[in-house]
Amino acid sequence: MNIPEDARAASPPVARRWVNLLLGSGVLASLASFLYPALRYIIPPSVPESTSRSVVAAKINELKRNAAKIFQFGSKPAILIRTADDQYKALSAVCTHLSCTVQYREDLHQVWCACHNGLYDLEGRNISGPPPRPLEVFDVHVQGEDVIAARKT
Amino acid sequence: MASPLIRITQWLDDRFGAASFQEFLRHKTIPLHRHTVWYYFGGMTLFLFVIQVLTGILLLLYYRPTPNDAFESVQYVMTQVRFGWLIRSVHSWSANLMIFTASVHMFSVYFLKAYRKPRELTWVTGMLLLFIVLGFGFTGYLLPWNTLAFFATKVGTQMGGSVPVVGKWLLAFLRGGDEVTGATLTRFFGFHVAVLPGLATTMLAAHLLLVQRLGMSVPPSVEKRITEGRETAKLMPFFPNFLLRDMIGWYAALGVLGALAAIFPWELGTKADPFASAPAGIRPEWYFLFMFQTLKLLPSKVLFLDGEFAGILGFSLAGLVWVAVPFIDRQVGFSRITRVFTGLGIFALGYIIMMSALVFK
Amino acid sequence: MKRILSSSVILMLALASSGWAETKDSCVTCHSALDGPLAQPPKDFASDVHHEAGLSCSDCHGGNPNDDSMDAMSAAKGFRGTPPKSKLPEFCGRCHSDGNYMRRFNPKLRTDQLTQYLTSVHGKRLKSGDAKVAACVDCHGVHNILAVSDSRAPVYPTNVAHTCARCHADSHLMADYKIPADQVARYEKSVHAKALADGDASAPTCTTCHGNHGASPPGVTSVANVCGTCHVFFVQMFQKSPHGAVFEKMGLPGCVQCHSNHEIVNPSDDWVGTGSKSVCITCHAEGDAGYAAAQKISDDLAKVNKSQQRAEDILSTAERSGMEVSSARLELSHSNEAIIKARVAVHTLDPAEVGKLTSSGAEVSAKAYEAGVAALHERDLRRKGLGLSLIFIALAIGGLYLKIREIESRPKL
Repeated sequence: MNIPEDARAASPPVARRWVNLLLGSGVLASLASFLYPALRYIIPPSVPESTSRSVVAAKINELKRNAAKIFQFGSKPAILIRTADDQYKALSAVCTHLSCTVQYREDLHQVWCACHNGLYDLEGRNISGPPPRPLEVFDVHVQGEDVIAARKT
Repeated sequence: MASPLIRITQWLDDRFGAASFQEFLRHKTIPLHRHTVWYYFGGMTLFLFVIQVLTGILLLLYYRPTPNDAFESVQYVMTQVRFGWLIRSVHSWSANLMIFTASVHMFSVYFLKAYRKPRELTWVTGMLLLFIVLGFGFTGYLLPWNTLAFFATKVGTQMGGSVPVVGKWLLAFLRGGDEVTGATLTRFFGFHVAVLPGLATTMLAAHLLLVQRLGMSVPPSVEKRITEGRETAKLMPFFPNFLLRDMIGWYAALGVLGALAAIFPWELGTKADPFASAPAGIRPEWYFLFMFQTLKLLPSKVLFLDGEFAGILGFSLAGLVWVAVPFIDRQVGFSRITRVFTGLGIFALGYIIMMSALVFK
Repeated sequence: MKRILSSSVILMLALASSGWAETKDSCVTCHSALDGPLAQPPKDFASDVHHEAGLSCSDCHGGNPNDDSMDAMSAAKGFRGTPPKSKLPEFCGRCHSDGNYMRRFNPKLRTDQLTQYLTSVHGKRLKSGDAKVAACVDCHGVHNILAVSDSRAPVYPTNVAHTCARCHADSHLMADYKIPADQVARYEKSVHAKALADGDASAPTCTTCHGNHGASPPGVTSVANVCGTCHVFFVQMFQKSPHGAVFEKMGLPGCVQCHSNHEIVNPSDDWVGTGSKSVCITCHAEGDAGYAAAQKISDDLAKVNKSQQRAEDILSTAERSGMEVSSARLELSHSNEAIIKARVAVHTLDPAEVGKLTSSGAEVSAKAYEAGVAALHERDLRRKGLGLSLIFIALAIGGLYLKIREIESRPKL
């Protein structure tokens, strides 16, 4: 800035220095407090975004025939069943009655809810007991070592 | 040895000829009078626009513009990305703040008659900028793909369809189809991050160029007092005096935005389900409320016109007149007719406020 | 003369009568030409399920449909006319109890309606001479009988209660039998009626628990079995519980004692225990074992509910502050499941059984609560960060202000 000599001399140098210090530090500190979040932001988080569309439910030889496991799909439980004739079925595990988590019954070859004795077949259809609606069905396919469940499009 | 700052400036000047720009800045002055405070709002709007661009670019690093992923990506930003909550909430709050300051800027320019010759084009470019900003607001609102946004967009774009002759094409253009779908999202995303920024940049360049060339206008009422000798014309250098004051305002705005983001984070809502029925009480964002309420109050038929179309026509004509005000009000100085235009402006402002308030009745 | 006139009129009308053009049926042509109630049967019959099966008036009433004269209705020609009420069940049962006959039309239709009916209260009273009770046509209609699966039929599941109400909601009629007339009104308030109205056709209506043709109230000892056809776990637990044997000895109906028979509403946790809304204190008083058990069960339920609510509240607060708590919410759904199971286990009347479930539920919801606390802590960190940056901003603004003052305090140039 081109400030004439005499004007500069008008304000005491000490006071001016303090003002400059205050201004400079204030600006720098505030800029740092803006820059820091922005820099942290652009580094991607360690948890990669789970596309809500598909998830690895199990490895291919993890389940025996006529067995099932509960896995997490998004924020809700789901159930992967390997049927007696070696097919994979994946259903939502949230019972449509009162949201208990269902399980696979190896004796019945059906999905059962322990809370009120609700029964679903392997296509998710509600066949007995209180559940008013079928379970959501997911597409299952095998990719290499993984058994992948995906939302139906 | 000259200071590093002077050396850099010299280096740039040798190549860009920046010295003339510096000279110009040093000579820019701001008139000082009772209405000076309104001069800050243009710069504030520009500052908030810059905030939008910066936070918008950061959001672009994580946002995915498809119906399957949009909501989830915003949720990811809000919950998993470090300071993502801050960036997103600042972006949403700053958008609203910017529309507010832009409106204040526009009305203050109107009431202070700064649109008069030779500043007609500044007014026109400014109004176009306001429309672009509203377009930003409308298109950006849909991007999180939540229930509120989905239905607000449905209702908003529906109005395009009631324009006669071109209505069907207009609707298809806006929606990318007959209904609000993923195609609409893609389209709105394109408008929001490419088309509108491009338009805004050119319009902004024109607007700022005009402002710098023509200087700050002095309101007719003040000029009258000066010519009558009741007031002396005072000036303040833009650089550094006015700019430092500007910066106080900008810092305060940053503080407000940070506080809003931390204490009132912007809602995520629930993911849009096109097959669900619209929740009760759907309405557009506050800056569209007055139009929304007007259309609600209009009967289904006005003369021979369809009610909704009559409303849109009315607003379009009013908007056109508003943009053309500098060419209608050719007064020089302060006269009775000036008061007429002021009255018109007060009516417009009052109408907008009252209609917006009525929505909440 | 009269005969010729009526015959020619009949002949003309025979040509004009619609819908029956192919089959010559004197019953229809004659009755369609009459006035008043006698003309109603052919009108109604057009939509009747028997008509769709190819049957006509004479198949039930006998007589000769090819005879245009009044002779068609002679007893000699096999005309049976309108049966008296007391003979009505056998009138319909002539075909409907004949398996061989019914197989020609609908092999899967049952043929035991008559035998069932005779065991019912209606059937027994009819046989003892009471003509006011319900018999076939009172529920199924007379000439416009529709299949049970037809939603317009009076015996379609969602219409059954309305049909029974025709008599059973009539207090004058019911007074003669000393039966209350409020059952249907009470039923309409129940969860079963609501489920039926919401589209669950498997929800119980009058006939589900009372039987349709063999309609009788279930005996006191068999009520539980009736409820147990759907509510399996509860009846199993109940029968094994102390109440099972005791209720039978005291002649108290199983489920109905606490849940009512017709006005079955959603139970709430305060039905258990020793509070004012509790059903336990109907019989139990302070000092006896049942009272203590009720208290313990109710306390455990209250504890786990409180823990669940506490976790719910803090997670909602965290969510509203913009924090991410979906995995904690998943935990909470598990404890919710434990509460649901505990409510079922109440029917064992065993505080230990209930306690197992409530304590595991409380554990899980406590964990979810901790997650909520952590989320709020993170929120507070954000606000502290905000505070810090606001301080820096204030410093900057202060510096700017002082700078302006400094610049402008210099003498004007």
